[in-house]
Amino acid sequence: MKASDTGPDTHLDQDRRSVLSWLLGGGIAASLGSFFYPVIRFMNPPHISEVAVDEVSGGKLNDLKANSGKIVKFGNKPVVLVRVSETEWKAFSAVCTHLNCTVQYQGSTRLIWCACHNGMYDLTGRVVSGPPPKPLEEYAVRVRGDEVIISRRA
Amino acid sequence: MRAKAANWLGERIDLNAVRELIEHKTVPVHSATRWYYFGGITLFLFAIQVITGILLMLYYRPTVSEAFESVRFIMTRVEFGWLIRSIHSWSANLLIFVAFVHMFSVVFTHAYRPPRELTWLTGIVLLGLMLFFGFSGYLLPWNQISYFATKVGTDVAASAPLIGPAIARFLRGGEDVGAPTLTRFFAFHVIILPLATMALIALHILLVQQNGMSTPPWLTASSVRQMRFFPNFFLRELMVWYCALAVLGALAAIFPWELGEKADSFASAPAGIRPEWYFLAQFYTLKLIPSHVWVFEGEILGILGFGLLAAFWVVLPFWGVDRAGAARARLVTGVGVLLASYLATFTVLGYVK
Repeated sequence: MKASDTGPDTHLDQDRRSVLSWLLGGGIAASLGSFFYPVIRFMNPPHISEVAVDEVSGGKLNDLKANSGKIVKFGNKPVVLVRVSETEWKAFSAVCTHLNCTVQYQGSTRLIWCACHNGMYDLTGRVVSGPPPKPLEEYAVRVRGDEVIISRRA
Repeated sequence: MRAKAANWLGERIDLNAVRELIEHKTVPVHSATRWYYFGGITLFLFAIQVITGILLMLYYRPTVSEAFESVRFIMTRVEFGWLIRSIHSWSANLLIFVAFVHMFSVVFTHAYRPPRELTWLTGIVLLGLMLFFGFSGYLLPWNQISYFATKVGTDVAASAPLIGPAIARFLRGGEDVGAPTLTRFFAFHVIILPLATMALIALHILLVQQNGMSTPPWLTASSVRQMRFFPNFFLRELMVWYCALAVLGALAAIFPWELGEKADSFASAPAGIRPEWYFLAQFYTLKLIPSHVWVFEGEILGILGFGLLAAFWVVLPFWGVDRAGAARARLVTGVGVLLASYLATFTVLGYVK
């Protein structure tokens, strides 16, 4: 090897080379970032605000017999409306607190039952048996004329 | 570490063929070398189409009641949705333009000579698939312009003699353009055409690898300097792709693709209805042909003419060479110049008139 190979010029060359490769690598990294950033943001679904609903009609008074229930649309969530007796009404969120299945009222046991994993709730929304970890959220029900109105509890 | 990993992989997959190819592939260096890049750009733009197409499918809904709304949703609500859709549309148009440049570069450098006839044929079929991609994708946003363009386009197909009506019925999925057409075009656009295209691209590239790069006939292949494909040509190609992406990004950002108005089958066709630019030459030619020529209907005559021209063009490698396999260079160049000028002139005329 010649002496000049290890001289100051080589150091300068190496410096220049490392600056260039940093620039090139940085440029490539920045480009890749600018390609993937929009792609990742695109894949993230935009938030669609739910239509805020405070009360819905649960149908006519005589649509439902005593000791029976039905599912009513409350915004985009289901609510189970139960006519406990001629004069007593109850409504709960119909979304099981276990794994999101939709529950139903069982007249024979007078319980709200989830078919997916056999979760049972009583008519105050409390868990009676099965895997659900939390009670069902209760809604307010009142009768206006011959119409049943379900609303969010204050 | 790296050698260990390579060994581990090598014991499980035989990569020798790939290594051989990478080490031995070369590209001739001469005055027309730059034209070799256009096949690569076409491939790159196709990859962009696959990626952006998959992204658009995350939100697109292929039904008459939701197609337009879902594209509007992509354009207005999804982050960077306008950019992804604009890139998809612009890239589609650039892809077809670049594919035409690639085709004419093959004609003018006479690269269709034996043993490359199959490369030419697969390339022509690929160009046809690209045009079909464009035609089917055009309808998907379900807006006024695309709805009427599809009506006209499938009607042109219907006027072809004998098989025309059957083709049109097959394309439309019924007697007229409507909900079944959209479902069909969606299936063509996202499943049938991509599968066919990818298989053919694989064959096309395999043929290019097996036959090597063609050297123009005015040069002696053995005396032309060769450049290693990897990394020398490949890095150049990457830079070209990078520039293509820059052009694409700029076009998409500065001229975002419009959505127009939702298609309405009971509305009158809006003024200025015209197909995509790559069908303009044919569109304008059909406009010029009188409604009756002697005993024939003008449109049928036009379509027969296009069919014959296309068939003649497909078999170029067979009439474009003499018995010894050398290019009939003057003849092919002459025909190529004629065709290119016809397409360019009539596209421009179709656009301005």
